[in-house]
Amino acid sequence: MTPAAATDRRHYLNASYTAASWLFTVDHKRIGILYLLSVTFFFLLGGAAAVAFRLELLTPAGDLVTAETYNNLFTVHGVVMVFFFLIPAIPAVLGNFLVPLMIGAKDLAFPKLNLTSWWLFMIGGAITLGAVITGGVDTGWTFYTPYSSTYANTSVSTAIIGVFLTGFASILTGLNFIVTIHTMRAPGMTWFRLPLFIWAHYAASLIMVLGTPVVATVLVLVVLERSLGLGIFNPNLGGDPLLFQHLFWFYSHPAVYIMILPAMGVVTEIIAAFSGRRIFGYKFIAFSSLAIAGLGFLVWGHHMFVSGQSMYAGIIFSFLSFLVAIPSAVKVFNWTATLYKGQVRMLTPMVYAMGFMGLFTIGGLTGLFLAAMALDVHFHDTYFVVAHFHYIMVGGAVMAYLGGIHYWWPKITGKLYHEWWGRISAVVIFLGFNLTFFPQFLLGYLGMPRRYYAYPEEFQVLNVMSSAGASILGIGYLIPLVYLVWSLKYGPDAGPNPWGAKGLEWETYSPPPTLNFDTTPVVECEAYDYAAGEMAPELPGTQGHGSSTSEEAGSSEP
Amino acid sequence: MSPEFALMPEQASSVSAEYDALLFTEIGISVFFGVGICLAIMFLAWRYRAGSEVDRSDPPEGDMRLELLWSGIPLVIALGLFVWSAKLFITMRTAPKNAMELHVIGKQWMWKIQHPGGKREINELHVPVGKDIKLVMSSEDVIHDFFIPAFRVKMDVLPGRYSMLWFKPIREGTYRFFCAEYCGTSHSKMIGRVVVQSPADYASWLSGGGNNEPPEVAGKALFESFRCGTCHREGLTGRGPVLDGLFGKQVRLAGGGMVVADENYLRESILDPGGKIVEGYQKLMPTYRGQIGEEGLMQLIAYLKSIAPDGKQPEEKR
Repeated sequence: MTPAAATDRRHYLNASYTAASWLFTVDHKRIGILYLLSVTFFFLLGGAAAVAFRLELLTPAGDLVTAETYNNLFTVHGVVMVFFFLIPAIPAVLGNFLVPLMIGAKDLAFPKLNLTSWWLFMIGGAITLGAVITGGVDTGWTFYTPYSSTYANTSVSTAIIGVFLTGFASILTGLNFIVTIHTMRAPGMTWFRLPLFIWAHYAASLIMVLGTPVVATVLVLVVLERSLGLGIFNPNLGGDPLLFQHLFWFYSHPAVYIMILPAMGVVTEIIAAFSGRRIFGYKFIAFSSLAIAGLGFLVWGHHMFVSGQSMYAGIIFSFLSFLVAIPSAVKVFNWTATLYKGQVRMLTPMVYAMGFMGLFTIGGLTGLFLAAMALDVHFHDTYFVVAHFHYIMVGGAVMAYLGGIHYWWPKITGKLYHEWWGRISAVVIFLGFNLTFFPQFLLGYLGMPRRYYAYPEEFQVLNVMSSAGASILGIGYLIPLVYLVWSLKYGPDAGPNPWGAKGLEWETYSPPPTLNFDTTPVVECEAYDYAAGEMAPELPGTQGHGSSTSEEAGSSEP
Repeated sequence: MSPEFALMPEQASSVSAEYDALLFTEIGISVFFGVGICLAIMFLAWRYRAGSEVDRSDPPEGDMRLELLWSGIPLVIALGLFVWSAKLFITMRTAPKNAMELHVIGKQWMWKIQHPGGKREINELHVPVGKDIKLVMSSEDVIHDFFIPAFRVKMDVLPGRYSMLWFKPIREGTYRFFCAEYCGTSHSKMIGRVVVQSPADYASWLSGGGNNEPPEVAGKALFESFRCGTCHREGLTGRGPVLDGLFGKQVRLAGGGMVVADENYLRESILDPGGKIVEGYQKLMPTYRGQIGEEGLMQLIAYLKSIAPDGKQPEEKR
């Protein structure tokens, strides 16, 4: 189909320009955009907090800010990045936009719930930010009791209420995806024809729906103990502080999979598209997502090896934690095998996906160190843990999120960004990330505990390296912000399928019309139905992208 | 405790060397797989770059043997690592019998330590080299964590219960310890140093000024001032179980069940007497919560230990 110029065709972006048409929209694509703007704001906010405490950590002494401010900074960074960026980022932005498009539906099953989800998210975010501004929050994102429930003098309850509301935003998104995927697939779209992005979101949605109520409950209990003196966690009131940790991690460990499963889904789509072939081991990738979601609920105790949990419970949790590594490894091997006999194009989304594979592999392997109880005794609550989960959440989830934004940007906006700047940003982020977080593995091994405002001077060299890396990483994140915004006005029109990718979302216009498809698509082939040796079309209007693509396009016919 | 730049912490306890052996084994395995995957990705991405002239006939859609191979091999390796780490963990958690017992109390934001003879110190821990040392720890407020990197040991210190940590220093010297569980404003100031001395130096340090009475002596005084013996004695007037020789024994509870009379059970019975009543007794004892502090509790329990006939430690179960 040849798209008419974006200006004279009606699509979801130009359907109406009023503020109300955005704030009260029930179009999943517009809600995706609302989420995109919101999580970008929260990402910048959480990033700014990180910049501030990385500056503080340049010197061993606490000198730039006070200890209270420092504790507020890392709490804001953690709360905002976990609850207001990482958990919603891929599902609520890309998932919202793409789940209906990919399965050939007009919208999600419950468009109004979807809008409610965004409003809850924003109200929760406003309340939590209000708590941060008025009284501060200094508990860390983990809200450990009895510090949070009795001793902290900051606006803990208010912040928790904000997080609580946001949890419901997440539940509604998960519920919507599950029902949509079950009931609204286009004719012919069988379960095993679904893109693996959908499988990953399905698995993550199960966690959102089953896990989030638990953290919501436990957070309410903290508020009750704080405000009414109900003895739940504080032993002086007859409570048990470990109860909090069990309930908190029962959600918060699976929450890692809410972040990483959709990321894996994004990477799977990108690797298939830019290898120009069907994904290797489709069913293994699909079922490994479900295996991760299921096993993920049984490993929370590995956060508690030195907490006072019984030694025997620790041994079982350790065993299960080793098991959960296997489905993740299976995915990495299958992605790698997909490159074999493909037509690999190293365009921006693929560079991000490659970065994801490298960083996620390091994050996953260092996770095995922490699953090993004996090693965790020393590493627990040190910078080793900080480095490990940043490799998973930033190196993994954020790289995939950015890769996904770049991959679907032409679909979302109808525009192409500058290809070379895209690749540069991916490389700068990859390098800056490693310089920031690799030294933290060494810091942790040397024994530097996390959440330290001041530290002994033998840790300074590695901390300076980490702060230097953070400045590069920060710049790396700003580059896409500039050229993506620039592309909205000056970028060339993308056309419906600039990458030559397969999938229903590429068969409609860019940007798609409000109801997604002119006629309901009928699916007659498997996902990733790339013909062997088929070459993708040249990207229109991009400068200097892979000359090899054009000159060798015809040379690979079987 | 060296101020210059180092890449690994000192190996100063009996478990440090095995810890590092396990760690470097895992690093070796990780580097092998990590580098292997990266090389495979780079090689395949280069060889099958778009338009390169290579054989692309019959690209496989999957391969059951490969899938089994690359789930099976990591599984076997993971299980091997699990077994090794579990064994080492059990060693790290099981204090040898007759280890020298020190009391540690954490509070915002300091560490208070008391030696068997009664000597106290703050944010410093003197120990003799080559001896098994067991720390019995509790917190007066929030959760803290006692962490000695050079010994590769760490344990949370909780309010309302005792946790144990043991180690055997093998090298004289001074090492840092940290609070590793975030505990509020001055968390990062809750640090101190472990001074590992020769037994002779430790003995002379102990005999230096500032000695307090041993905890079991202070505990006996508390036992008498609270008149615990009024009820806890033999005969018709004995309304509570006899406490001589109780520590470390199995106790049968009213309503069935057994419990070992260890530090945590005694602590619970003082603060929450109605919780686990010994078979054959009534729920009569009032709570002493609020009347007795963390130090007093440790002293009382030290006294109860001292009147157990062989003073034997219960088996470590934590």
